[in-house]
Amino acid sequence: MLTVANTTKWLQLFTDQVNTNQDALNQYDTPIGDGDHGSNLARGTTAMMDSLNKADLKSVSDVWKTAAMAIISKVGGAAGPLYGTAFLEMAKASKDRPADDIAVQPLIDASLKGLLKRGGAVPGDKTMVDVWTDVDADLEKGPLTSDQVKTAVESTKPMEAKKGRASYLGKDSVGHLDPGSVSSGFFFESLIQEGEIQ
Amino acid sequence: MSYGILVVSHVKEIADGVLKLIAQVAADVPITTAGGTDDDGIGTSVAKITSAVEHNEGDEILAFYDLGSAKMNLDMVMELSDKKIHLYNVALVEGAYTAAALLQAGQDLPTIEKQLQPLKIK
Repeated sequence: MLTVANTTKWLQLFTDQVNTNQDALNQYDTPIGDGDHGSNLARGTTAMMDSLNKADLKSVSDVWKTAAMAIISKVGGAAGPLYGTAFLEMAKASKDRPADDIAVQPLIDASLKGLLKRGGAVPGDKTMVDVWTDVDADLEKGPLTSDQVKTAVESTKPMEAKKGRASYLGKDSVGHLDPGSVSSGFFFESLIQEGEIQ
Repeated sequence: MSYGILVVSHVKEIADGVLKLIAQVAADVPITTAGGTDDDGIGTSVAKITSAVEHNEGDEILAFYDLGSAKMNLDMVMELSDKKIHLYNVALVEGAYTAAALLQAGQDLPTIEKQLQPLKIK
């Protein structure tokens, strides 16, 4: 179950992973994008932690809403509206739940629906939607594992991009991992690392 | 009902350049821009787009953008804004220019939208 403390910790772990792997994320984004996914997301997640550390967080919904607003205002690329929408949907989905009964799966499910609407991508388009779709389904069956996350991220490699900047490359996008899927992998690895949530 | 034009680009200079071009044919049309991120880097900014919508003197906004994530940020602003925003998935320069020229000539929205139709590229 999610609490203010473990949700904030989850986002701190995500921020740490994004910052540590900032250059790697930029490199994943270079052959099939504009090479700034790591820098953009590092700036956004760092601002997000600043906001979270300063805010008076009374509920899990407050955590997600604060996180969303920081990401939306600080990330200029596609990651801003996409992660921002995902987090806003989690804020909405957790808002009316009893404080001691907020499970992660319904939140991810709500986020995925938001992502599908915001970006217009569908599964198989080689976007973060592919990872979120697989993780959503995996979470329905039980606690998420690292192997499941890895498999979801790797599944984007053979795909031909149909949405986002990589889609301009058509078939040349095949063989590369999708950067948004890699960062989504960090997000879900952080969930697993936190340990207490699922 | 008055209409204004909003130009959203990943780059400040592109937004400024489109404004310069279309203002020439639309001296009386309210035009505002949102180019680049908050610190003028490459990208788009919800804050800048919101401000450009609010400061536009048009009652309703005709919005034009360059690349995909600009559209996502525009979508977010559309959900939050009280002002009606019409979003066109057309070529940025040609679309904004066409709309500006037709608004200046006093054409109505259905006529403008008909002219924009062949410029749809995304």
